[in-house]
Amino acid sequence: MLKFENVSKIYSGNHYAVQNLSFEVEKGEFIVFIGPSGCGKTTTMKMINRLIDPTEGVISIDDKDSNLQDTVQLRRDIGYVIQQIGLFPHMTIQENVTLVPRLLKWSKEKRKERAKELLKLVDMGEEYLTRYPNELSGGQQQRIGVLRALAADPPLILMDEPFGALDPITRDTLQGEFKDLQQRLGKTIVFVTHDMDEALKLADRMLILKDGKLVQIGTPDEILTEPANEFVEEFIGKERLIQMRANVETVEHMMNKHPVTIHESASLSVAIQVMREKRVDSLLVTDSEGYLKGYVDIEMIESNRNNNKTIADIHLTKIHTVHKKARLRDSISRILKLGASYVPVVDDDMRLLGILTRATLVDVVYDSIWGHEDPGKEDQIAATVEESVL
Amino acid sequence: MNTLIEFLEVHGGEMIYLTWQHLYITLSALFLGTIVAVPLGILLNKVPRKFGQFIIGIVSIMQTFPSLAILAFVIPFLGIGQGPAIFALFIYSLLPILRNTYVGIRGVDPALNESGKGMGMSAWERVRHVELPLATPVIMSGIRLASVYLVGWATLASYIGGGGLGDFIFNGLNLYQPEFIFAGAIPVTLMALLFELTLSKMEKGMTPNGLKAAA
Repeated sequence: MLKFENVSKIYSGNHYAVQNLSFEVEKGEFIVFIGPSGCGKTTTMKMINRLIDPTEGVISIDDKDSNLQDTVQLRRDIGYVIQQIGLFPHMTIQENVTLVPRLLKWSKEKRKERAKELLKLVDMGEEYLTRYPNELSGGQQQRIGVLRALAADPPLILMDEPFGALDPITRDTLQGEFKDLQQRLGKTIVFVTHDMDEALKLADRMLILKDGKLVQIGTPDEILTEPANEFVEEFIGKERLIQMRANVETVEHMMNKHPVTIHESASLSVAIQVMREKRVDSLLVTDSEGYLKGYVDIEMIESNRNNNKTIADIHLTKIHTVHKKARLRDSISRILKLGASYVPVVDDDMRLLGILTRATLVDVVYDSIWGHEDPGKEDQIAATVEESVL
Repeated sequence: MNTLIEFLEVHGGEMIYLTWQHLYITLSALFLGTIVAVPLGILLNKVPRKFGQFIIGIVSIMQTFPSLAILAFVIPFLGIGQGPAIFALFIYSLLPILRNTYVGIRGVDPALNESGKGMGMSAWERVRHVELPLATPVIMSGIRLASVYLVGWATLASYIGGGGLGDFIFNGLNLYQPEFIFAGAIPVTLMALLFELTLSKMEKGMTPNGLKAAA
C-alpha cells in the first residue's frame, strides 16, 4: 500500500531531518509514527502527501511513485487530519465535511447524502449539518475533522496528533471510537503521536524514530517485549514496561523455577517426608529425564497409606499445564478460573520447567505498584506466600 | 430661511450636479483602488514576507505626501480635469485597502491553510474558499475607511479642475461667501456619513455567518 525506499529529507545542505528511511505499510494497517519532538515523525508523514518533498528516495502509494503525481490530485486521494482540527469557521458542518467531494465536483445531492452518512458513523444527528464549527465542543469538532478526511472515501488517511489538543476523557473516547471506525472501514492509517499510551492503544505496528532515523518497527507487543535498545526502553518508560508485563510477558519469565518435585519411583513415605520438609501439600511427579508425569497430594497419599506403593502406582496423570511461551495474562486468568493453586510450566515435550502459582500473580501486582526497585524483598515475600499456598 | 430658499432656487441645480460629480470621483477612485489593492494584498502574502513588508512600506510613504502635492504632481503627466483627479485619489485609496487586505489575509489561522492544502485545495481554491471569506471583515473595513477619506479629499479635486463640491467651497472661500462654503461642506459631510453607514452595513452583511456567531 505505502512504501518508503531510502527516503531522506535534508535541510540546508547537511542537516538530516529524516535519514534513509525504508519500510512498508500493508493495506488496512494502523501504523503509528512515534518519537520525541524533533525526531522527524511529522516530516515523515508530510512527505507522504508531499506537504514536504523528500530530498532523496522514493515514496510509493499502491506502487505509484508519489513524486510523479500531481500534488493537488495526490492529496485529494489521501485523508488528512491535523491537531489544530482546522475546520473552516465560515463553513457549516456540511460544507466542511464535504469539502473534498466539492473539490472533486460531486453533485450537490450526492454531497448532502454523503454528509448525512458520515455523521451517522459518529452518532451525530442531521441537525448538526447546518451548524458552524464554533457551536460544537472540541471533541465534536475533531469528530467532524475525522469525517472530513473520510468524506471522499480515501484508502489512506494521515493523522498528525489528531487527539493531542483534547482533554484526556474526550481523547480516550475518541481513540476508542476511531480505532473501531478504522477497523470497520478497513482504512490504512498513518498516525503521528508522541503519546506512548495512545500509540500502544491504537497501533497495529509502531515505528519509533529518533533524530530522523528508524530505531525500531514492530507491533506494540514486539516492542514491549523486546525493546531494540536503551532509547526505546527509556522512551516506553520503565513503569509502563512493568505494567505491560502481564499483558505481553511469557510465563517463562515469571515462573518459579524451583518447583517441589518427586521422582515417580519414590515411595509414599518419602513423598510425605518431602512434603513435610518443604511445607507443601502436593508434589509434582517427574521421571528421570524431567518429564512431568502428574502430581500427588496429601489426600491421595492418605488413602493409599497402607499399600506400600510407589508414587508411580497411584499418581494421577491428568493435570493442567501451561506452555512456557504462553502469555502470563492468559495463564493467570486460567489459574483463577480453574480455582487451582498452581499450574506447572512445561516445554514442547512436557518437560517440567517451573511452576506458576498464585504468588506469581502477587509478583505481577507488586511490580506494577512498587516497581522493580527491591528485588531481594520481593523474592522473600513471594517465597512466603508460595509456601502457604502450596 | 428665505436666504436658503433663494440660494437653492438659484444654485440648486448646480449643487446637485456638483454633488453627483463629487460622488462620481469618489466612487471611481474607490472602485479602482479596490480592484488594484485587494488582489495586490492577496499577492503580497504569497511572496516572501520581507518583500511584502517593503511594498507596504512604499505605499505608506506615498500616503504621507500631502494630497494637494499629489494632485499638483499629476498635472505635468496627465494634465488637468476629472481624470487626473480620479487618478490621484485612487493612489490615495490604495494604502488603507492594501494594508487591511494584507493584514486580514495574514491573520488567517495557518492551521486552516495547512488543512486546506493537505486536503488538496489548489492555491487559488484556498484564496477563494478560505482566505478571502475569512479576511472579508478586515478588507471591508479598509474599504470603508478609504471611502470616508476619499469623500473629504475629493473636495481638493476642484483645484485641478476636477469639479465636485470643492468648487463651491473654494469659490465661497475666495469670494468670501459663506453660503457657498456651507452649500459645499454640508453635502460633503452628509456624503461621508452615508458612505460610513452603507459600508458598515455591507461589512456586516458580507461577514460569513460562522464568524458572526463567534462574536
